[in-house]
Amino acid sequence: MSESMAPPKRAFAPIRWMRENLFNTWYNVLLTVVVVYMIGTSVGPLLNWLFLDATFTGADPKDCIGDGACWLFINQRLNFFMYGFYPDAQQWRVDIMFLLLAVAFVPQFIERFPARRWLGIFGMTGLPIIGYILIPGGWFGLEEVQSHKWGGLMLTLILAYVGIIGSLPLGVILALGRRSEMPIIRGFCVIFIEVWRAVPLITVLFMASVMLPLFLPEGMNFEKLLRALIGITLWQSAYMAEVIRGGLQAIPRGQYEAASALGLGYWRKMRLIILPQALTLVIPGIVNTFIGLFMDTTLVLIIGLFDILGTVQSTITDPSWQNVATEGYVFVAFCFWVFCFGMSRYSQNLERKLDTGHKT
Amino acid sequence: MTEQMQSEQGQAVVDSAKADKTIIHVEAMNKWYGSFHVLKNLNLDVAQGERIVICGPSGSGKSTFIRCINRLEEHQQGKIVVDGVELTDDVRQIDSVRREVGMVFQHFNLFPHMTVLENCCVAPIWVRKTPRKEAEATAMEYLKRVKIPEQANKYPGQLSGGQQQRVAIARALCMKPKIMLFDEPTSALDPEMIKEVLDTMVELASSGMTMLCVTHEMGFAKTVADRVIFMDGGEIVESAPPHEFFDNPREPRTQQFLKQILHH
Ligand SMILES: Nc1ncnc2c1ncn2[C@@H]1O[C@H](COP(=O)(O)OP(=O)(O)O)[C@@H](O)[C@H]1O
Ligand SMILES: [Mg+2]
Repeated sequence: MSESMAPPKRAFAPIRWMRENLFNTWYNVLLTVVVVYMIGTSVGPLLNWLFLDATFTGADPKDCIGDGACWLFINQRLNFFMYGFYPDAQQWRVDIMFLLLAVAFVPQFIERFPARRWLGIFGMTGLPIIGYILIPGGWFGLEEVQSHKWGGLMLTLILAYVGIIGSLPLGVILALGRRSEMPIIRGFCVIFIEVWRAVPLITVLFMASVMLPLFLPEGMNFEKLLRALIGITLWQSAYMAEVIRGGLQAIPRGQYEAASALGLGYWRKMRLIILPQALTLVIPGIVNTFIGLFMDTTLVLIIGLFDILGTVQSTITDPSWQNVATEGYVFVAFCFWVFCFGMSRYSQNLERKLDTGHKT
Repeated sequence: MTEQMQSEQGQAVVDSAKADKTIIHVEAMNKWYGSFHVLKNLNLDVAQGERIVICGPSGSGKSTFIRCINRLEEHQQGKIVVDGVELTDDVRQIDSVRREVGMVFQHFNLFPHMTVLENCCVAPIWVRKTPRKEAEATAMEYLKRVKIPEQANKYPGQLSGGQQQRVAIARALCMKPKIMLFDEPTSALDPEMIKEVLDTMVELASSGMTMLCVTHEMGFAKTVADRVIFMDGGEIVESAPPHEFFDNPREPRTQQFLKQILHH
């Protein structure tokens, strides 16, 4: 009989770690030296440009002196980058939506935040309703702001948010339909998915803005933004359906059978047993699709909508500012990175939380 | 809708009384997989409270047969009546049969995303409309009966095979079924866990539950079964009380099967 022992300790010794991993062979030594040199020579200048030599405040373009970034440009045009042509006096409405968005989704990153789940549910149900009332206005005494005035980050978020919230349930229904035993439903879903998936988004947007009005009856000419939103959502839901179908296919037949044997009907079986497992399995794929969509919203530029990239791009050509293109694009990249990185982190949290130790 | 359900249940009571406590009635039942004739002209009547063990070589159609009884498989010819309700294409009839028939599978098929307690409560809450508190109390009762109440808040993935199978039994019992079907409940278990599951099944049998068990545990068949059915090639070859079945098998195919299985 041998006694049970504690596992061997793995002490953290930086020097030893470096000797074993960075300087263990002559080529690793060489690689380490080269990489350290490259980091050393690039990080310093980058930090200088980004922060130390940069200009943050001032009154007009002439204040941007020195070699650093001219953040004054972003600072001065921030209003345009956030709201597009949304009238100044009405921007509080958009601010409320930004705030609500943060209130609903930032707590999702904080494990022990009270009522976190309800905030998330609000973010997917109440939030769009409030947004639908507040942003366009035209009722409850709110001044109407037509959608061609919307722009900047606000427009990017609307496009991405509607695409995400709309495509997930549509994707679920299409995925279920594609696995249906009823030939008509299955046929419809297969055709829908395969048609939309075979068309590039840019084409969808063109068709939505140029061709769709030709087919619609006279007088039913709804706004360009709405058409783009519908196009993006349908296009995205076809992709989403395929991701979710992958998850459905990975669920063993025994799960369906056990649920049926307990007397759960089709919809309950799907909602309570199959979909929770299938969606958990494909969280990385779903989030990947969301991130892809977030980036793809920039394509609305070609149908004349000014999202954040569009507003920045149209401003950097302004002759009163000189050479601010880099600053503009860095700013856009940073905005996209914040949201996409957030989604990616959130999906990792979720995956860890939903892991119940079951491996099949 | 509720009225319809009630009248259906009322109908069921009348029918089963008329049929003299026959709770499962299978008549001239045939099933094909494509052109493969998997079940051939099966006839079987099971009385309420009867305990039946089905055995036979692998591929003889045992699983297919008991899965027809809760319509996990569809039969193409003949008649199956369970608790007074005939199994047809009518979804409502299928659902009302499934409410009264519990099933335990070879591979447990617990829901991995739910705790043990949630596994046991999901059907009572959503199918029987039992209030959550009451469903949980019932579930704890059955978990005690299968001797694992302390695991109630764990996930299936954290339990041993034997424990998972006992949860699966408790989950089926929580629906308060009239009939329990077992499809080789111990074949996927390590030898040391078989006994704990069989003990649970013996205890269930002594409570008067109608049971159909596909199993090769001949000890269980001898002590518990009222009748042992031997299937081969999609047919019921022999059906007899255990002492007759084991001591005096009539059919040569049964004799050969018993020789093989008892030698192990
Ligand atoms: N879904 C199916 N499609 C086609 N053949 C099947 C299917 N399921 C089972 N079978 C065949 O039917 C026969 C009976 O299977 P089964 O009822 O599982 O046997 P048992 O449980 O007695 O081992 C086997 O020959 C098997 O290969
Ligand atoms: Mg079998």
